[in-house]
Amino acid sequence: MAKKVAFMQGNEAGAHGALYAGCKFFAGYPITPSTEVAEVMSAELPKVGGKFIQMEDEIGAMAALIGASLTGTKALTSTSGPGFSLKQENIGYACITEVPCVIFNVMRGGPSTGMPTGPSQSDIMSAKWGTHGDHPAICLVPASVQEIFEETVRAFNLSEKYRTPVTIMPDEIVAHMRERIVFPEPGELEVINRTAPSVPPEKYKPYDTSFGDVPPLAAFGTNYRFHVTGLNKMEDGFPTTKAAIVQAEEERQVRKVEANADDIIKYEEYLMDDADIVVVAFGSTSRSARFAVNEARKQGIKAGLFRLITFWPFPEKQLLALSKKVKAFITPEMNLGMCTGVVKGCIEGNAPVHGIFRVDGEPINPGQILDKMKEVK
Amino acid sequence: MAFDYDKYIRPGKLPHIWCPGCGHGIVMKGLIRAIDSLGLDKNNTAIVSGIGCASRLPGYIDCCTLHTAHGRAAAFATGVKMAKPEMNVILCGGDGDGTAIGGNHFIHACRRNIDMTYIIMNNNIYGMTGGQFSPCTPTGAKASTTPYGNPDPAFDVAKLAIGAGATFVARGTAYHATQIDKLIAEAIQHKGFSVVEILDDCPTTYGRRNKFKSVIEMMNRLKDIAVPVKAAEKMTPEQLEGKVLTGVLYKQEKPEYTTEYAKVIERAKGAK
Repeated sequence: MAKKVAFMQGNEAGAHGALYAGCKFFAGYPITPSTEVAEVMSAELPKVGGKFIQMEDEIGAMAALIGASLTGTKALTSTSGPGFSLKQENIGYACITEVPCVIFNVMRGGPSTGMPTGPSQSDIMSAKWGTHGDHPAICLVPASVQEIFEETVRAFNLSEKYRTPVTIMPDEIVAHMRERIVFPEPGELEVINRTAPSVPPEKYKPYDTSFGDVPPLAAFGTNYRFHVTGLNKMEDGFPTTKAAIVQAEEERQVRKVEANADDIIKYEEYLMDDADIVVVAFGSTSRSARFAVNEARKQGIKAGLFRLITFWPFPEKQLLALSKKVKAFITPEMNLGMCTGVVKGCIEGNAPVHGIFRVDGEPINPGQILDKMKEVK
Repeated sequence: MAFDYDKYIRPGKLPHIWCPGCGHGIVMKGLIRAIDSLGLDKNNTAIVSGIGCASRLPGYIDCCTLHTAHGRAAAFATGVKMAKPEMNVILCGGDGDGTAIGGNHFIHACRRNIDMTYIIMNNNIYGMTGGQFSPCTPTGAKASTTPYGNPDPAFDVAKLAIGAGATFVARGTAYHATQIDKLIAEAIQHKGFSVVEILDDCPTTYGRRNKFKSVIEMMNRLKDIAVPVKAAEKMTPEQLEGKVLTGVLYKQEKPEYTTEYAKVIERAKGAK
């Protein structure tokens, strides 16, 4: 049987990816340029018995997401920059309470209201450091409509597997772009569900580390009764100020993601075998970079593309290894050097890093990247 | 035979954090008696709170309990109730948590008329942070941030709830302990968003700044200002000056949110 093919927008593909992953709850608040995700979910969720709610604000949407997830329901919200800022409070709550949920954040400019319909890639630091305190961060940065679908499924999988919020962040160009998409058949992509407790209710502790760094999570409304709090907590879920427990719990929460970086990190290497000028790019910028690499090759420049698909955790190990054999990195991005700084931070000064930054609401075009390659070759 | 609270209190979690003389414990016992009188299944009952002294209440009760972020109880609870409408969802918290930082979530939960019960313990102050004025601090009162007297007018929580669309609104006081469980039980049984405001006391951060000589004096004040709705009908405006009505203040049948959403699901499933 032929697979279902469609011509679809990135935001719509994200909504369909969520449904494929088994999402049954959406809470959101209208914001450009992500609203299409909410619109599709409002139409599709009730058809499969799921629930859609438009909340009074972004903070409430993030809160409702966590409440729904605690009943064992996979939950999604969508937003963009200003809304992402508001959601940070409860993203932190989901981090410390270890409640799975997915945030689909379409990147537009900022700070503040910025340019609501212009593209940007300036939320990548918010995705890691936006909420206060130490906490794990998983952030995915798809570059095509097909990839938005697949990475949304993966966002749910990682969220369920590691009991942590996951942010998927297409930039506005990828989110509003229309492309061909081939829908995976049910069962074709892996779908992961959180681990349920294997112990009887009276033995259950929501943060029982004897099961490893990711303890099983029970659901409200079953015969497992437990307490959830945003305070630093003990393995039974109740607050504590005991120094040794707080230290160990904080470290475990970060470690459960960092120690599994190899499982979470995904990237694409394009013409990298002999490349000595490497473009590190993501999202729509990586599409310009691919074009520029092809052009450079025609002109005899040994250019390659290292495309980030997972932004956090960052592929530090891979870039450090690369830095020992390349002449230079080029880092085009629609912000003023956020990714560039991260690259510099992990390559120990082994190679120069040349940034190309745009925050004017216009995409970075291949010519800009090609010019930079000629300059540094 | 004395009521057995231990059936609902989590082993090892007492003593509670509340100061001597605080009314929150009286409210908690009322809630427990209400849960017991209705025979609610503990597995199927969620108690959700925000931040503050009153919001520590869920941790002591052996149900599914969710101590959320400041002001957000109603929004978290909405997620729980929407995802699992068969659950009994009870919210609790203080006046600052519910009507200041949580004001938006509060009025919209009222507007949706989603089937949950919100117990607001109104002690007119932010107690946990040391006694700053809240939207429910009376004008002129002293707080740590109103050393010259509070210039702000105060909210009437019950009127706010009624105005925003809640379909059951009641008021009691920490003094009238035996009324609390009855009001809460009736609120839980009501199909729709129900609000129970309990006038409470904070001797530590409110009483001592506002010339109350003892907890007894604060409790006596609650006794003196409370007038049951029925009794008030026979009183003149002059007699009601400075009084507060107690009992069931408002009750109306209106479509409930999760029931309405179930119809959305039916329509969506039938749509071609």
